[in-house]
Amino acid sequence: MFRIEHFVVEGLHCPKCIREIEGTLGENDKIKNARVNLSTQRLAVEWKEAVEDTLQNSEEVISALEKIGFKAFPFKTTNAQLEGDKVGKSLLKAMAVAGFAAANVMLLSVAVWDGGEMNESTRSLMHWVSALIVLPAATYAGMPFYKSAWNALKGRRLNMDVPISLAVILTCGMSLFQTYLKATETYYDAAVMLLFFLLIGRFLDQKMRNHARSVAHNLMSYKESKATLLHEDGHTEEIATEMLVPNQIIQVIPGGKIPADGTVISGMSDIDTSLVTGETVPQKAEKDTEVFAGTINVNGTLNIKITSTTGNTLLDEIIELMETAEQGRAKYVRLADRAASIYAPLVHFLAAATFLGWLLFSNVGWQGSLINAIAVLIITCPCALGLAVPVVQVVASSRLFKSGILVKAADGLERLAEVDTVIFDKTGTLTLGQPELANADDENVTPFNLELAAKLAKTSSHPLCRALIVACHDRDIPTIATESEIHEEPGMGLKATVNNITVKLGNREWCGINQNYLPNNRYSELWLKAEGAKPVLFCFKDRMREDALDVVHWFLRRQLKVILLSGDRKDVVDEAAEELGLSRYKYECKPQEKIEIIERIKASGDKVLMIGDGINDAPALSAANVSISPSTAAEVSQNAADFIFQSQKLDSVVRAYQVSLNSRKLVFINFALAAIYNMIAVPFAAAGLLTPLIAAIAMSLSSIVVTANALRLNFQKLYRSHEG
Amino acid sequence: MESLIYLIPAALFLGLIGLAGFMWSLRSNQYEDLEGATYRALFEEDDIEEEQKEKSNTKG
Repeated sequence: MFRIEHFVVEGLHCPKCIREIEGTLGENDKIKNARVNLSTQRLAVEWKEAVEDTLQNSEEVISALEKIGFKAFPFKTTNAQLEGDKVGKSLLKAMAVAGFAAANVMLLSVAVWDGGEMNESTRSLMHWVSALIVLPAATYAGMPFYKSAWNALKGRRLNMDVPISLAVILTCGMSLFQTYLKATETYYDAAVMLLFFLLIGRFLDQKMRNHARSVAHNLMSYKESKATLLHEDGHTEEIATEMLVPNQIIQVIPGGKIPADGTVISGMSDIDTSLVTGETVPQKAEKDTEVFAGTINVNGTLNIKITSTTGNTLLDEIIELMETAEQGRAKYVRLADRAASIYAPLVHFLAAATFLGWLLFSNVGWQGSLINAIAVLIITCPCALGLAVPVVQVVASSRLFKSGILVKAADGLERLAEVDTVIFDKTGTLTLGQPELANADDENVTPFNLELAAKLAKTSSHPLCRALIVACHDRDIPTIATESEIHEEPGMGLKATVNNITVKLGNREWCGINQNYLPNNRYSELWLKAEGAKPVLFCFKDRMREDALDVVHWFLRRQLKVILLSGDRKDVVDEAAEELGLSRYKYECKPQEKIEIIERIKASGDKVLMIGDGINDAPALSAANVSISPSTAAEVSQNAADFIFQSQKLDSVVRAYQVSLNSRKLVFINFALAAIYNMIAVPFAAAGLLTPLIAAIAMSLSSIVVTANALRLNFQKLYRSHEG
Repeated sequence: MESLIYLIPAALFLGLIGLAGFMWSLRSNQYEDLEGATYRALFEEDDIEEEQKEKSNTKG
């Protein structure tokens, strides 16, 4: 049995990448075939024979790719993914069949419409041949609509597919009847053309959804899911996070993510909990400190005894909250379905009225009345309506994708357009989650002190040391590491001898500074203590995104309510709110509180947009009417969000909002166009003046107008916060 | 009008060939990677073989 394994490869973009990867893997004897897919950024590896230990083989592929400079991650295909691909393919097949039938029947129909010299038997032959093509084609190609319509009717609802199915089936039935009677007019071409146009819309819609799902899935795969298990005899082993069980001991290196909840048994470090609690100041971790899955170990290796794993970690509690929040979310009815629920009864009423009108007030009999009633159904069939929403949505999401925003939920754009309250999370959303020197104006923070600190900090990978180096670069202060030996004490700081003076850089304890000297619980701190000199305090705060202020003001200017909800401490949130000019904000919010606040706002009738990234935001993201996450967000949050933006800047949020507003406008214009078209055409149909030629022209014309209208979305000017 | 007897089947047959061709291309996954295919067309088969030979030579 052969098996195929998939990988997501980062940074795939050129033909050379394809050849390098395929060539390198081709040399491996165990691999039968390796194929790169540039569109999906994935690699499929087919093994020569059934392989036993997949983990080890995947490792082999990953390390082979690493050697030639690509970072690969194992990719698990999900059922939803496979199902989506299958649906896309079957729609494409249906579209091909409908297209084939439409083209060939049109060939015959045009001859019949023009056929002045055509005698009755030839016309009859043409009609029978048309029937032969159309009946099987309409049965096959119309399946997606019939199924959906049937499901809707079973659930006692009306969707757009009900009038579509009815029109197609009745048109075919009536045409067959006419053919049997050897009448002049049949509408075979209208039936398949209708299906063809609608299938184009349906396929585009499906393609967009598949694309969004596949990109979102790729983003997920980029997350590491390995843990280092520490055995009793001291040797370590890499295992998948899912395999961890309580009471095992794991080792987490600096910069690594803690894979499960546990207690520290040895080692000392700082823990960055910002993704879980929103708090920006790293927490100290030493023996017996409890640590949580999803937090990041900043410096110093930690050995952790696992207390709980998947199923009962903090993360699982959050997911539970999230699910409850989701249940409370009223189900959104899509615009197209809302339109259908008004449109379908109206159309059916008009057709019935036409039938009765002709039956009672004329002498054409029930057959003639029925034909006129069906003509009304054909002409009102929501060809344009069926395209009105999907075409706009496809154009909108491809436009947004090009500007770095992924539309994950199909109805996300519709919900975003209705928003009147915007809630921001602070850490990682308005801010970048990167520290920045905050007290540069302090008299002790002199260029001399910065340069001295940089001599030590240069070699360290601690985020605060990095931030110090960046601060030096910004001020043109040289950053040259000292030549003397630097000693690094994990979780404490650095020590070196510069010009025969012992210099220490690190936390308060490391530099031996009294707790009461310059007390601070607002900033992350780094102390510099040169022997014989006064200690210097460097404060760091989370760096605001460049355009956070612009974006917040953009929303305020448009009379939207902007609220800041953060899990961070009061002082920090106070300062951020002041900087942004926000009067509504709340600090130290627990996930539960965030949900409660959102529910309160929703209860007052407002529609809420939530923008957040942390694990603590995930329930709020699910509770809000619509939600956006940055691509740096925690996995659960990305799952919960309707949009994901991949940018250092926040202006994507404004662009998504702009596009959603414009899309809604275009959808309404499309509905209006369809309504106008119907108002003109229905009287003709009801009066029995409709010919197949007019039906064909009207139908294609309305579809073209609607599509052209949707394409106008590409001309919209989108917001960009100014550079630099 | 008698010509229709063979013209209509001929037209349908040609159309069906096109349809069958499309179905075949769909089934053999030719729409899976439209972006990559544009580049693959430019690869010289010989070059790839040579490159691989060179690589194995340098290794050996």
